Amino acid sequence: MSEIKDFMSNDQISWCPGCGDFGILNALKKALVKLGKQPKDIVLVSGIGQAAKLPHYIKCNCFNGLHGRALPPAAGVKIANHALTVLVTTGDGDCYGEGGNHFIHNIRRNLDITVIVHNNQIYGLTKGQASPTTDSGEVTKVQGAGVILEPLYPLRMALALGAGFIGRGYSADSEHLSWLILEGIKHKGFSLIDVLQPCVTFNKKNTYEWYSKRIYKINEDPSYNPRDIALAFQKTSEWEDKIPIGIIYQIEKETYEDKSGVNKRGPLAEENIENIDISAALKDFV
Amino acid sequence: MRDELTIKIAGEAGQGTQTIGMALCRLFKMAGLNIFSHQDVMSRIRGGNNFTQVRVSNKPAHTLRSLSDIVVALDKNSVALHRQNMASGGLLILDKKAFNISDEDSVFFDAPFYDMAKNVGGSELFINSAGLGILAGLTGIEFNNTAEVLTNTLLGKSEDIISKNIETARAGYDFSRAKFKQGAFAVKTGTFKEGLLMNGHDAVALGAIRAGCKFYSGYPMSPSTSIMNVVAGYAKDFNIVVEQAEDEIAAINMILGASFAGARSMCATSGGGFALMVEGLSLSGMTETPIVVVDAQRPAPATGLPTRTEQADLDYLIHSGHGEFARVVFSPGTIEEAFYLTVKAFNLAEKYQVPVLIMTDQHLAESYRNIGMFDLNQAKAERFIISKEDSKKIADYKRYRLTASGISPRAIPSWIEDVIYVDSDEHTEEGHITEDAAIRTKMVEKRFYKKMAGLSKEIQKPTARNLKGAKVILIGFGSTYGVMKEASDTLKNKKIGFLHLSQVWPFPAKEITRLLKNAKKTITVENNAAGQLARLIRRETGIKIDRSILKFDGRPFNLDFLVERIKAEA
Repeated sequence: MSEIKDFMSNDQISWCPGCGDFGILNALKKALVKLGKQPKDIVLVSGIGQAAKLPHYIKCNCFNGLHGRALPPAAGVKIANHALTVLVTTGDGDCYGEGGNHFIHNIRRNLDITVIVHNNQIYGLTKGQASPTTDSGEVTKVQGAGVILEPLYPLRMALALGAGFIGRGYSADSEHLSWLILEGIKHKGFSLIDVLQPCVTFNKKNTYEWYSKRIYKINEDPSYNPRDIALAFQKTSEWEDKIPIGIIYQIEKETYEDKSGVNKRGPLAEENIENIDISAALKDFV
Repeated sequence: MRDELTIKIAGEAGQGTQTIGMALCRLFKMAGLNIFSHQDVMSRIRGGNNFTQVRVSNKPAHTLRSLSDIVVALDKNSVALHRQNMASGGLLILDKKAFNISDEDSVFFDAPFYDMAKNVGGSELFINSAGLGILAGLTGIEFNNTAEVLTNTLLGKSEDIISKNIETARAGYDFSRAKFKQGAFAVKTGTFKEGLLMNGHDAVALGAIRAGCKFYSGYPMSPSTSIMNVVAGYAKDFNIVVEQAEDEIAAINMILGASFAGARSMCATSGGGFALMVEGLSLSGMTETPIVVVDAQRPAPATGLPTRTEQADLDYLIHSGHGEFARVVFSPGTIEEAFYLTVKAFNLAEKYQVPVLIMTDQHLAESYRNIGMFDLNQAKAERFIISKEDSKKIADYKRYRLTASGISPRAIPSWIEDVIYVDSDEHTEEGHITEDAAIRTKMVEKRFYKKMAGLSKEIQKPTARNLKGAKVILIGFGSTYGVMKEASDTLKNKKIGFLHLSQVWPFPAKEITRLLKNAKKTITVENNAAGQLARLIRRETGIKIDRSILKFDGRPFNLDFLVERIKAEA
C-alpha cells in the first residue's frame, strides 16, 4: 500500500497560479494511492507542453519525450514490460494536434495504457495560439479574426475509432476526476480521459465560471448506459449548453498484450540475452 | 571449363525472376561454387522489366560483371533489353514462338519453355522451372540437385505442384542437354560447400537477433523492409515483438520507450523515413537512451528510385538531428560485416547510451553471397545496464549522474526501488528540467565531448589491402567493398591498393591519416554525386583526395566498369 507522501516530488512546479493542472495533479496522486502500486512500478510518459511537465511533479518513473510523441514511447514501455502501469499525461495540442496520428493508431493498438489529456483548448506554453479543440470564433494573437477551423471533438473521434474507455473529467472536481482516472487505469486497454481544464492566462472563454454552469455528471443518471454506443455518440456531441463528465463509454475489448501474446511471457526487458543460440535460424541459410 | 560465369534471368515483375535466381544460387552453392547475386527490380508489382544477375566463380566473388554469358528472357521485352550486354560467345535463351520472334541471331538459343510449361506442367506459371532446368543442363549441374533445390524452393506447396515443377524442369534440362554437349557452360568445380547463403539484410536481422534485440518497430519502406520481414519471421522463435508503426516517427519513439524500459530495440528505414526519425534520433541523444537504427539507402532526393541503390546519405547520417550529441555510424561493406557490426551496434549503443546508426543500401541489402559460418564467439551480446540483482543495492538514483566517462550507470524502471526521470528538456542529474547554465554546460560535455572521446577509442578499423607500394589507393565505404577488392586484385600489376571504411563516425581520422601518409594517388569510389567521402576525409584529416569515381545512376558498380575507370585514371 502507498500513501500520498510516497508520490511527492521535490521538483519545483512552474505552472501559473490557479492553473487547472494542479487539480489534475492532485486527482492523479489520489488515484494512484487508491491503485495501491508503488511509484517504481508506474511510468508516466509525456510529450511537451504544460501538461507534459506533470510527471516531474509526482514521484513515479518518467519519460518526458517530444512534443506530440507521448503515445509511441508509452506503447514501447508497455510492450517491453507489461507489468508496469503506464500513464500518459498530454495536452490538447500535444495529443490531438502534433500527435494526432499516434492518437488514432494507439486507439487501434489498444495497449493497456491510460491517457490523460489536459484539454484547456489553447496552447499555453507557446502563449495563446488556437489548439485543435479551441472553439470556432475564438480570437487569439495568431487567429486575429477568430478561429475559422471547426474544433475537433476528441471523444467523438475516439468513439468512432473504437476506444474501449472514454471518459471526461473536470480539473476543478478533483474527487470525481480521481475516481475517473482510477477507473481508466483499471480498465484493460486504451483509456482516454479528456480533462476540461481552464487556462487562467490565455483562454478567456472556457473559464471556471463558464464550465461550472454547463457541467453535469452523466453517471449520476441511472438511465445512462455507458455501453450504448449510440447514446454515447449523442453525449460526446453535447458542448455549448451542457457538458457531460464521467464515463461516457466503456466496453471490454481484447488488448494488444492479449493478442500479441506478450502477456503470457515475462517482460521482454527481463529476458536473458547473453549468448542467444541462433544456430537453428542459421540452418535456414545453409 | 570456365573459371566463372554470369547468368541473367530477366522478365516482367511477377514472373519469378528472383525465385529462379535464388534456386540457381542454391544449386551452384551445392556444387561448391562461389556466388554473387544481385536483384535489379522496378518499383512495381507486375509488368516492367526485372532481372536477377548471378555470378558464379570458383574463386570468391564479391561483385558483379558488366556482361552476361547467359541471358534467360522470360518475356519478349527482355530479349532486346538485355541483348546489348552479352559477353562474346554468350547465349540468350528465349522462346521464339511464344514471343513471336522470327529474327536470327547467333546468340539466340530457342527453347520452347512456354510449351514445356504448358505441356508438362499444365500452366504457363511453370516457365520458371523450365528455365531453371535449361540452365542446369547448360552448366553441367546434376539433375538430382536441381530436383532437390526445386523441392526446397517450393516447400509448403502441394505435392502435385512440386512434381509438376520438377517434370517441367526435367524437360528443360533434357532439351538443353540434347542441344549442347555436356557442360558447355560448366564452371570448374569449387570447394565452397560449407557455409551460408544470404544477403546483407539477412545478416543485419540475424545480428540483431543474436545481439538480443527484443523489440522491433518499423514502417515499411524499400529497401529496408526486408530486415523487418526477417526479424518478424523469427519473432516467435526468439521472443521478439515486431510492431508495424503508424509512421517512422512512431517507430523510433516506440523503440525509445521500449529501450527505456530495458528491452534492446531497433528500427530500420530508408532515407525518407529516416528524415521523419531525425527528431527521435535527437531525443535518443538527449535522453541517452540506446537505440539501433538502420538506414537502407536508396537514390533520393524525395521518393527517388525506390528499389535502386545509392550511397548519398553519408553526410546526412553523420549530421542529422538538431543539436550536438554523440553517435556512431557504421557502414558495413560485406555480409559478414553487416552481421558482426549489428551485434557491435547494440553493444556500443548500450555501453555509451547513444544512438548507433547502420547504413546499408539496396545493393548490400539484396545481394546474395555465400559466406563462411559466423563465429558466434566474436558476436556476443555484452550488457551495460545495472543488473536486476545489483538494482537491489541502488537507493538514491540519479539517471544522469555526472561521471568521468560521461556514462551514467543505467537503471531499469521497477528493478530499482527508486524512480527514474528521463527528459528531452535540458535536465539535472536527477533528470528534472533545468535552465541552469553551469549544469547545461556539464551535460553537453557529458553527452558530446566525453562520449565521443570514449567512442573514438573503439572505432572499427578500416580494411586496408595492397597498400604497400601502391600507385593508386582506392577508398570507399559501405557496399563498394567488393568491387574495390576485386578491382584491386584484378589490377595487381598496376599496383592498385584499397581502403574500406566500415565505420564513418566517429571518423577514423588517425588511422586514415596513417594509411594515406605516403599515398601517391588517392581515389574515392562512391555511389553518389558529391564525393561525400572525399570531402569528409578532407574535413577530418586535411588530406585532399585526388580524384573521385562517382556513380549515381541508381545502379551499383561492377568490376568491369570500375577497372576501366581506374585504368583511365592510373
